[in-house]
Amino acid sequence: MAYTAHLKAGIRGALRSIFFWILPFGARGWRTQPLMTVLFFGFHIGAVCIPLFLAAHTMILQKALGISFASLNQTVADVMSWGVVVSAFFLALRRLVLPEVRILSGPYDYLILFLSAAPFITGLLCRYEIGDYSFFLLIHILLGEILLISIPFTRLSHILLFFLSRAQLGMDFGIKRGGMKGKGLNW
Amino acid sequence: MPEGTLCNRQPIQTDEALKTLLSDTGGRQYYQEMQSLPVDTPLLWETIQKTCRSRIRTWLSMCARCGMCADSCFLYRINDRDPKQVPAYKIQSTLGEILRRKGRVDNAFMQMAMETAWAKCTCCNRCGLYCPHGIDMGVMFGYLRGLLYQQGFVPWELKIGAGMHRVYHAQMDVTDADFTETFAWMVEENEEDYPGLAVPVDKVGADIMYTVNAREVKHYPEDLAEAAILFHLAGENWTVPSRGWEQTSLAMFAGDWEACKIQVESVYDAMERLKPKRMVGTECGHAHRATVVEGPYWAGRKDGLPPVESIHYVEWLAEALRTGKLKINPEKRIKEPVTLQDSCNYVRNHGLKEITREIMSYIVEPGYFIDMSPNREHNYCCGGGGGFNGIGLYRKQRNKALITKRDQILSTGAKLVIAPCHNCWDAIRDLEEEYRIGIRWSFLKPLILKMVEIPEHLKPEE
Repeated sequence: MAYTAHLKAGIRGALRSIFFWILPFGARGWRTQPLMTVLFFGFHIGAVCIPLFLAAHTMILQKALGISFASLNQTVADVMSWGVVVSAFFLALRRLVLPEVRILSGPYDYLILFLSAAPFITGLLCRYEIGDYSFFLLIHILLGEILLISIPFTRLSHILLFFLSRAQLGMDFGIKRGGMKGKGLNW
Repeated sequence: MPEGTLCNRQPIQTDEALKTLLSDTGGRQYYQEMQSLPVDTPLLWETIQKTCRSRIRTWLSMCARCGMCADSCFLYRINDRDPKQVPAYKIQSTLGEILRRKGRVDNAFMQMAMETAWAKCTCCNRCGLYCPHGIDMGVMFGYLRGLLYQQGFVPWELKIGAGMHRVYHAQMDVTDADFTETFAWMVEENEEDYPGLAVPVDKVGADIMYTVNAREVKHYPEDLAEAAILFHLAGENWTVPSRGWEQTSLAMFAGDWEACKIQVESVYDAMERLKPKRMVGTECGHAHRATVVEGPYWAGRKDGLPPVESIHYVEWLAEALRTGKLKINPEKRIKEPVTLQDSCNYVRNHGLKEITREIMSYIVEPGYFIDMSPNREHNYCCGGGGGFNGIGLYRKQRNKALITKRDQILSTGAKLVIAPCHNCWDAIRDLEEEYRIGIRWSFLKPLILKMVEIPEHLKPEE
């Protein structure tokens, strides 16, 4: 790709490609599959926001490093956490039920989904103080750490690669495949 | 097991080899030999290590297996939503598997991969628009075709097609002399009606260098005449090169990367030699993709652009109508329901979505143009792209694939389909022959010619 020769067109293409796909119902792909879109964003909004902005988490950061983040209102945090767990359940169900997804799914796909949802399930157990609080807190922390450590070695690397891959295809269309002709791709 | 005499890993390099392969009607012996063609697994793995860049490797490993690409694929939809037609499955079970096995695959696997690459994907790139991760499986199938071609697992017609480019620098056995003679003959046929009509060959420094599709020369010479007449009426200072006039690339469909480069360089050489201000290509989709979009990269051009500005016929036509170089007689505009086929290769893959609609606004009486749904960059492949039209072995699958376009056309209610792309034009003709839905189909040139006003000074003397 002639990235350097057409830097501006490339950056424009990359940003458009990321923007329309990060926006709920922003891309035609989201609009044509609304149920998947609800599950996808239901899962990802919480998965990104809760680890960073839950009051219980920001407090730890404040204590350990002295950095203070704005924290989420408790009701919002509850909705988001439940969003993650419920969406994960239906995403797993979707894998099982839809033939076009089942054919692509293996144990690894369920493992990744479980790995991602587990800290949220245990987090909610702690939140409502169900069972032995300190035991579940320990498990919650452990599962959270496993999740974080596994990011670079598993498909969870998409946390970063999503942006890189979207940017790359955006630049491909932005530079080579028509981005310099007219208004650009309508994602 | 040795390689076959017809089906082997060697590309076609000579006219004699071409004729021998052509004489094997329908590729009967060719496909028979393919049954026992060994796979050179060390070569396959070595090629992958040299040519499979991080983009494709990342795409294959990061695929979330979400299945959102399924519905984007017209072949999945038309084949009763067969899960084996899901784009992610198709690429993972072929290219993905070759990578996972480090190239250690057998003959049966390669034949399965061949069918997947040419009969289950037209490289329309629509799935790339529907993957949340931005994974373009059409691009990967293009790459897989290259690996298969190198191993000799390529449909008979495309092995011939790629060979044609190597021997004739054209997709058919049309020589440079055939081209200029046919063009001159076509001009002669029409010069009584259009005094002063000429085809300037190899004129240096013209405003436009025109390139064509070899089958216009061989089967549809009136297309050349129409192009000449419209340039003439528009008062263009144009020329054709005596060498490097072929814009198409069956080599691209075949995955013959070397022949792709040879072919496109012959056109670029003509540009360097004749130094035109611009190149205009004919009404063909894949020719534009090959020469204007992909070609610069095959030829290793740093700026990703051809040596001179290169545009599609629809861009030239829209400009000629917009600036008044060509004037349409409003009385003669199309006054029946009409629809337009968006070619994947220059609409989805080169952004020319509004320009064809601008042309419609000039040539169709308001109210008669009906868009297909979906359209523009989201349009479906005609059903015959990527070489699918030309492969006898997969004719049945191709005919089924046409149903998507048939139903899209039917729901517009249009009786006339404008298809400014050779592949789409063929597919739409074939779907009419196969399914008889009572439509007509046309390129733009003959339609324009029927409604264009002839300037006084260019009219024949009574």
